[in-house]
Amino acid sequence: MIEQSPILEIRDLKIALPEGSDRPFALDGLNLTVKPGEIVCMVGESGSGKSLSAGAIMRLLPEPHVHVAGGSINFLGEDILAKTDREMKQIRGNRISMIFQEPMTALNPQKTVGWQIDEVLKLHMEGNRAARRKHAIEMLNRVHIPDPESAYNAYPHQISGGQRQRVMIAMALSLSPKLVIADEPTTALDVTTQLQILKLIRELQQEDGAGVLFITHDFGVVAEIADHVIVLRQGEVVEQGAADQVLNHPQHPYTQALIASVPDLAPPPPKPVSTLPVVLKGTGLKKTFAAKGGLLSGKRKAVIAVKDLSFELHQGETLGVVGESGSGKTTVSRLVTRLLEADAGAVDVDGKDLLACSPSELRGMRKHIQMVFQDPMASLNPRKRVVDLIAQGPIVHGEDPEKARARARELLELVELSPAAANRFPHEFSGGQRQRIGIARALAMEPKVIVADEPVSALDVSVQAQVLKLLADLRDRMNLSLLFVTHDLRVAAQLCDCIIVMQKGEIVEAGVTAEVFADPKHPYTRNLLSSIPGRHWTPPVRNTDAA
Amino acid sequence: MKLALPPILIYSLRRLAQAIPVIILIMVGTFLLLKLAPGDTVDALVGDMGGADAQFIERLRVEYGLDQPVWVQLWRYMEKLATFDLGWSFVYEQPVATVLMDRLGTTLLLMATSLSIAFTVGVALGAIAARRAYSLTDNVISTLGLIFYATPSFFLSLMMMLLFSVKLGWLPVGGIKTIAGFYTGWDHVWDVALHLIMPTAALSLIYLSFYLRLMRSSVLQVADLDFVRTARAKGAGETRLMFHHIMRNALLPVVTLFGLQFSTVLGGSVVVETIFTLPGLGQLAYQSVIQRDMNTLMGIIFLCSIIVVVVNFLTDLLYARLDSRIELA
Repeated sequence: MIEQSPILEIRDLKIALPEGSDRPFALDGLNLTVKPGEIVCMVGESGSGKSLSAGAIMRLLPEPHVHVAGGSINFLGEDILAKTDREMKQIRGNRISMIFQEPMTALNPQKTVGWQIDEVLKLHMEGNRAARRKHAIEMLNRVHIPDPESAYNAYPHQISGGQRQRVMIAMALSLSPKLVIADEPTTALDVTTQLQILKLIRELQQEDGAGVLFITHDFGVVAEIADHVIVLRQGEVVEQGAADQVLNHPQHPYTQALIASVPDLAPPPPKPVSTLPVVLKGTGLKKTFAAKGGLLSGKRKAVIAVKDLSFELHQGETLGVVGESGSGKTTVSRLVTRLLEADAGAVDVDGKDLLACSPSELRGMRKHIQMVFQDPMASLNPRKRVVDLIAQGPIVHGEDPEKARARARELLELVELSPAAANRFPHEFSGGQRQRIGIARALAMEPKVIVADEPVSALDVSVQAQVLKLLADLRDRMNLSLLFVTHDLRVAAQLCDCIIVMQKGEIVEAGVTAEVFADPKHPYTRNLLSSIPGRHWTPPVRNTDAA
Repeated sequence: MKLALPPILIYSLRRLAQAIPVIILIMVGTFLLLKLAPGDTVDALVGDMGGADAQFIERLRVEYGLDQPVWVQLWRYMEKLATFDLGWSFVYEQPVATVLMDRLGTTLLLMATSLSIAFTVGVALGAIAARRAYSLTDNVISTLGLIFYATPSFFLSLMMMLLFSVKLGWLPVGGIKTIAGFYTGWDHVWDVALHLIMPTAALSLIYLSFYLRLMRSSVLQVADLDFVRTARAKGAGETRLMFHHIMRNALLPVVTLFGLQFSTVLGGSVVVETIFTLPGLGQLAYQSVIQRDMNTLMGIIFLCSIIVVVVNFLTDLLYARLDSRIELA
């Protein structure tokens, strides 16, 4: 391929943050080039300034608080920063377009899909209504939406998340822009949908020869799609180069640490656990979210969330429950802890059926089974000090408050937080630290079983690695039994001894993780495994003391 | 067999079925509440006459059925109500239905004009304030809103009367029309309009400030949402953003408030109608309380609860029309 003139060229870009922020510049000295037909991935953890750089290119920064303080952005040889607002309006959506992260919120809920695609065409394309409609439907066809005619008239809430993202892509690519900025376009999607969307972006981009600036935090996605990689940390570029170079021979320690944090797809060697006693046993669990309504109110169809689910969790074992959204995996975690009443079935904790307990017995049983939740911010009471958050459970169960608080301080040490943390409030901690507090809170009850519902999915990859390592450590040291609900197969592979794969409320496959991963029997499991982004790429540096 | 009715009709029928127990409860509740108040129609009538002998009072009570226990009176009243017979007003010596219908028009006219002015002006000012948030325009609008919000309507009414009627002599001080005018046609309309300017202003300003404040915060909130950013990234200009993307979404909470407030506007009209001596339901309610005209009072409450139920139903329909995510079911 001959050397082509770049589509986008950014030199020494500086973006200033308002005074009083944790650092003066959100981005400091960004250099990057996007050539035609190239996908440049910008990788970084939260707060690295990657999304703001997209805002700067579109000139959609929340000015004047956040503004470009230096450097240049050249788009097809023209200086973007010197354009007037009117000229920018002509460029946006026409020659540079954007795909956003949340397909749910990025579309106007009150307008039909067709109207929203039509809006771009109306703003930038000559042509009458019929011609625009034809073009829009053709675009919906190109993004492989089944029945484009009916999708054209549908409202965003009437189509699925994956389809909404296809609509976003159709909208972004409808005028064959020269540059497409994709800001975490697949983060909110299920793994199989994610792969389809990544393929679609690749395919359309190759047809049009557009340059793509792809912003992500996920190295798996990078391995799947990138030609060129830029790694950002705290607004500074730490490394950039060809995808192969950065992924397989990272030079900078930060890149190495990040890549090492990506959970390996090779599961741990199976533990001989089946001889140990069963601590948690679910039998024939069923849950249907009933049809609502009757004579005097609206009707809604019944949804079967879990049908006839049985499993066994042995002492010291980690059982993973994996599946896509809507598979019923979270319902399982709620049923097992009796936060949700099951329609049928039994949950034996230590030989006693939790579901048959009377309310007062149940309160006593609660201490045997504890939960760690997904959102560490929302699950900690913001008005309570950390020490009280942790000690609260034991105190409710009759522990002496002084002893419970002393124990809480010990637990903080156990989850690798400083004892000084005890008297602070949850908002003073980072996401990873908060999740450690959540774990300490669960441990305070000395439970037999911990149910963890997506405990690391809200965390950055390096923090995620630390929390996973902590969980694995604690499990081995304290002989904990874990029921681990996750959508991320990489995470499941790293932590779980055994695994249950769920689809639409049913177990489609169960077994020892290593065996399931090596030789999936069910087509759905095979599909899931083959959709893991970057599955052909094995991270080069394995450094367990990452970051 | 299943009847193939359009969903909107099924919905309406269901809402109607839901409304009946609500209205019955309101009627029973108010009936008992009014019976708790000391004194009855006979006391008020006799008081007006300047006194009467005990035998005459006794006979009046028997004639009006007031000698019966409260439960019997309630049962008789509800029986009549079931046939939409609102009874006889002993104060006006007319059927209650006739008295009410005479007054209903004035109140509805006052409410409709006040609310539509409050809603449209409030929404418009709120949207303008939000688009120029923290500027001088915003500050002026927000401060005005705060002043309207803080001023009681009776005080506003009296001050307006003082200024426009007494000092300047521009507007009539009260009533719905010039009594000795005998205007017809457009002259009549103009006359009524002149009479309604001050009452409408007094009633609408406070609600205007509600809508203004809610709309302002709602617009600011919606303007930050992702789909507005998407539209901006498509190259849409500010006007387009405002009308196509922000307004429609920002209106939803305001419409909710609109439906909820309708009943309080009815309450507010009591004060305004009394001050401006408008012959409406509010003024009638006030006089009926003083004269212990039980039947008329119950009739007013019946009519008002029907109005509120109907308006809430209409608001829900409007809401479903505005928000495509809501399906009537």
